[in-house]
Amino acid sequence: MNILDKMMRLDRRWIFLFLIVVCVVANAVEFEVPILVNREVQSIYDFIDSLPPDDIVLVAIDYDPNNLAELHPMTFTIVEQCWRKKLKIIFTSLSQNGPGMTDQAIRDITDSMALDRTYNGVEYKGREIVNGIDYTFLGYKPYFALIILGMGQNFRLQFPTDYYGTPLDSLPMMRGVNNYDDIACVMDISGGNITDYWISYGQGRFDFPLALGLTGVMTAQYYPYLGSGQVFGIMGGLLGAAEYEELTENPGLAKDGMRIQLPAHIVIILFIVLGNIGFFIDRRKRKQEGGVQ
Amino acid sequence: MKKTTYLLMAVISALFVLSWILKAGSLSGETDNYVIQGFLITFSAFLTLSVLSFLYADNPLYKFAEHLFVGVSAAFWMCMGFWTTIVQNLIPRLSDGLSSFFEVPPQPGDYNFFFFIPVILGILLLMRLSPKGGWISRWPLAFIIGTTAGLNFVRYLRSDFIKQISNTFVPLLGTEWQGIGHFFSNLDLSASGQLVTMAANWVIFLGVFCGLIYFYFSKEHKGAFGAASKVGIWVLMLTFGASFGYTVMGRISLLVGRITFLFRDWLEIIS
Repeated sequence: MNILDKMMRLDRRWIFLFLIVVCVVANAVEFEVPILVNREVQSIYDFIDSLPPDDIVLVAIDYDPNNLAELHPMTFTIVEQCWRKKLKIIFTSLSQNGPGMTDQAIRDITDSMALDRTYNGVEYKGREIVNGIDYTFLGYKPYFALIILGMGQNFRLQFPTDYYGTPLDSLPMMRGVNNYDDIACVMDISGGNITDYWISYGQGRFDFPLALGLTGVMTAQYYPYLGSGQVFGIMGGLLGAAEYEELTENPGLAKDGMRIQLPAHIVIILFIVLGNIGFFIDRRKRKQEGGVQ
Repeated sequence: MKKTTYLLMAVISALFVLSWILKAGSLSGETDNYVIQGFLITFSAFLTLSVLSFLYADNPLYKFAEHLFVGVSAAFWMCMGFWTTIVQNLIPRLSDGLSSFFEVPPQPGDYNFFFFIPVILGILLLMRLSPKGGWISRWPLAFIIGTTAGLNFVRYLRSDFIKQISNTFVPLLGTEWQGIGHFFSNLDLSASGQLVTMAANWVIFLGVFCGLIYFYFSKEHKGAFGAASKVGIWVLMLTFGASFGYTVMGRISLLVGRITFLFRDWLEIIS
């Protein structure tokens, strides 16, 4: 058996092991990967950057903990950017396993906001983020299509109280805020088909500016909506999050993850190329032997 | 069970307990409930490794992790549905007594007889559990399917059909076309320039046109028609390739997340 035959019959578990070893080694080695920012990510940053203080952004955290690695960095960066710019945020979490995770993320970002930071040359003093003044967390309700439609009439229709049980009218930032007409944009960070409903039931019906933060698996599927203007920006996977961290000068887990992504992708590309070379050589050999037409 | 299975279980249990003790010890100065935190992180690492063990072969540890996940998710979803929908949304609109029992503020202004309709439909749906009255559950099911179909029909027609079709009606010479002389004398190769815009519009037009031809089966794919069909296949393959590329990135991102957890939060090898 020559080396080609051995390669073609290689047990896939060796490939898994090799990939894991590469990821672990890359994790241990310190180096920086250059990040080039795409137009669709830049447009989200520019939009949020242009909003005046006290404007309200609705951040829909529509993913479960199984998408945490890809989507949490997006949430952290965007929410911190909004709060540093003194924007207010309404959080929703329309994925059933998401509310606890969202609550924890809000607390983590709140802690980070207490520190002085300098982003893009601007110094931001640390400040206390207060529930009901800087943000409202509406929580989770099932049947997201109906929730998205209902919020178009009035947030109170689907969420009489917030996640913590406080009536919405008792929260200072929600006074006079009734529906999508009172918010600047919706940022949907999603790991499932909830995004379809934000596009069609939300943006399609109520015509608010919508941007998406998506898992890598979903991203290619949603580019047509970018072309048609139904969404004004898309962040795709961990790379999209890393691009946003680059724009905000707030490096986090996504930029760090690029150190592992790069060698892992190179390994996968190498295996695809080797597999194809092996396949074509094998086919040619069998053709010559008259085995395959 | 075999003796080796017992031995393996004993080794895994011993490693788990050892990891728990060490983790709790490392957290003792940082948090008050370090024993529970140590257990949670060790248990998370155990479940992560159990799931990853499937890459080698199917095994009882993987099955345990999988069944635990399915069971906990189902129970969590059911509890969330009950407390967020029935208790928070429905009960305050039905009864003051039930509101005080569940300690949710009643909404007397919103009292409406129509809120009893979903209650009745919900009970009818549960008739599926009855061996003789199972057919009754078809009525609420028909209501759900009917309303969903009606809502989705309008939704798809507007956002996935009309808007997407109108987006393919693009000016093939760009929106700023002022003649061929003007085009060459002001040739701009930047991403927002006229040349790139024209090229992008042609790609959209030809991609949609050839893709549709590939799915037209009432005429044999020969000659110019066949060539356009082949271009359509290429367009589809490129789309699938881009999607696959993103999928690979997504899967590696999840692996990155788990590796970061194992080496940073559990083993504390990296900072």
